[in-house]
Amino acid sequence: MSVAALDPAREGRGDFDWSARFSRFAVYAVLVFAALVFLVPLMSMVFTSLKDMDEIRGGNLLAPPAEVTFSAWVKAWSEACISVQCDGLAPYFINSLLIVVPAVIISVGLGALNGYVLTMWRFPGADWVFAGLLFGCFIPFQIVLIPMARMLGIMGLAGSIPGVVFVHIVYGIGFTTLFFRNYYASVPKELVKAASVDGAGFWGTWWHILMPISWPIVTVAVIWQFTGVWNDFLFGVSFSSGGSQPVTVALNNLVNTSTGVKEYNVDMAGAMISAFPTLFVYVVAGRFFLRGLMSGAVKG
Amino acid sequence: MQRLLARLMPVAVLSPTIVLTTIFIYGFIAFSVILSFTGSRMFPRFNFVGLDQYTRLFANPRWDVAVENMLIFGFLYIALSTLIGLTLAILLDQKIRNEGVLRTIYLYPMAISFIVTGVIWQWILNPGLGIQTFVRNLGFETFTFDWLVQNDYAIYCVVIAGVWQVSGYIMALFLAGLRGINMDIVNAAKIDGAGTWQTYRYVILPELRPMFLTAFVVQAHLAIKSYDLVVALTKGGPGFATELPSTFMYSTTFTRNEMGLGAASAVIMLCTIAAIVVPYLYSEIRNERRSA
Repeated sequence: MSVAALDPAREGRGDFDWSARFSRFAVYAVLVFAALVFLVPLMSMVFTSLKDMDEIRGGNLLAPPAEVTFSAWVKAWSEACISVQCDGLAPYFINSLLIVVPAVIISVGLGALNGYVLTMWRFPGADWVFAGLLFGCFIPFQIVLIPMARMLGIMGLAGSIPGVVFVHIVYGIGFTTLFFRNYYASVPKELVKAASVDGAGFWGTWWHILMPISWPIVTVAVIWQFTGVWNDFLFGVSFSSGGSQPVTVALNNLVNTSTGVKEYNVDMAGAMISAFPTLFVYVVAGRFFLRGLMSGAVKG
Repeated sequence: MQRLLARLMPVAVLSPTIVLTTIFIYGFIAFSVILSFTGSRMFPRFNFVGLDQYTRLFANPRWDVAVENMLIFGFLYIALSTLIGLTLAILLDQKIRNEGVLRTIYLYPMAISFIVTGVIWQWILNPGLGIQTFVRNLGFETFTFDWLVQNDYAIYCVVIAGVWQVSGYIMALFLAGLRGINMDIVNAAKIDGAGTWQTYRYVILPELRPMFLTAFVVQAHLAIKSYDLVVALTKGGPGFATELPSTFMYSTTFTRNEMGLGAASAVIMLCTIAAIVVPYLYSEIRNERRSA
């Protein structure tokens, strides 16, 4: 199954009995209504983040701001108090960047190599290795939380950014391997054989033959990992502490532990800030995000 | 010598992954299983107590609530998102103008984190200034929609937010399934005089059976792993009305220092997911081999 199958240019079926104009209209009406339902929460979030608290107390969560103010954004970014520190989400946003960059690069790199070995250099037991990795993609992470907390302590990585990066790499390899294995499985073996006849070795074949044609799957894997790691909460809340927490954990603290008056505009601005990187990637490269979702669900 | 090196290279490249997987997935699973048979509290201790932790778990009223919520949430989450996803996919498959734009809109919630989703819906569903106040201000002054703070209804708020987030994904799965159906059988049905409804009911939906299975496995696995959404939306409350097995495991282990009990709950979660995922993966791999 591929995204090409979703290409709108391809013939859909069925203008047969829908020919009556009314049915046509009804179909569009339902689709547009659904789109509004999906958009309203985002719209309300943006509007609310641009209002001041007086206007919010007016109680119209769907109305655009009468007077646009960015003060909630400024507060969420650099002033809001998260537990005892009042530096806003900015430091945690940077933590998330520091976590996501190495975690994505290393897990995608390992996944590419694994996929290469599992398709082009098959050895006895390769299927078992793959099955073991595949099952690892689906485990509820609660089953590894306790030993992982102990292990990070032993490794001296408890409560640190490298610790969180390590965890994301370990539990990210399964999916990245899956992506590359399925992608390379469709590459003709002859290509690799020809290269080895020409004297290219293990690394040369990978780098000069496979990597140049791998960029679509690299994009898919990078976006998948980026989205997953950026949006992670469980590992962040379990294995980081205070100054090393990712932005999702900080956002949750901001929203759920605020004392005194609840500032919904700051909450919404904070949510927008935390969601921005992945939403941005989705808007510019949604096709690859979708492709990741599809191959994450089935073999490919 | 060089030849030997070349033969070992692939295994050498794979070995970090094999070692990491063996220790951090399977070794850790074994460790948690062992802990679930011990009386560990704040730290792992190997004083074996047999099945005591499981007995305690099933006698725990909080766990009962968590399991009951899991069943309610899981059933509604799967049923509603399948219904919505399938409906949207079928409608989008009618040669719709701007299909790409609509699809992008339906799918964007999948790109944001459960925490952000929880925060958004906490705002919309809060009785103070959210939907309830909005509708009251429209003139329906007795309108009440305060599920978020009602013990018996808060779990349905988690369902609403979860369905909103995942439906677009299910839509994409079904749309790909629809586009993969061989048009010949559909045209044959048409020639035989089948109407639109009949064609969908007797030809197209049965063809989508593998997609229903895939969607079910994806949804069930997401539902059982749901943690962040509840934390951000309700913190498991009011009280522990929206407790799920995942939140139970976390608070039992890390805030109430009942590590053995927490491990037992994690083992139950793993077994539930394994029961759903393992047969599915097995059949996927077997089909792949058969077609290879």
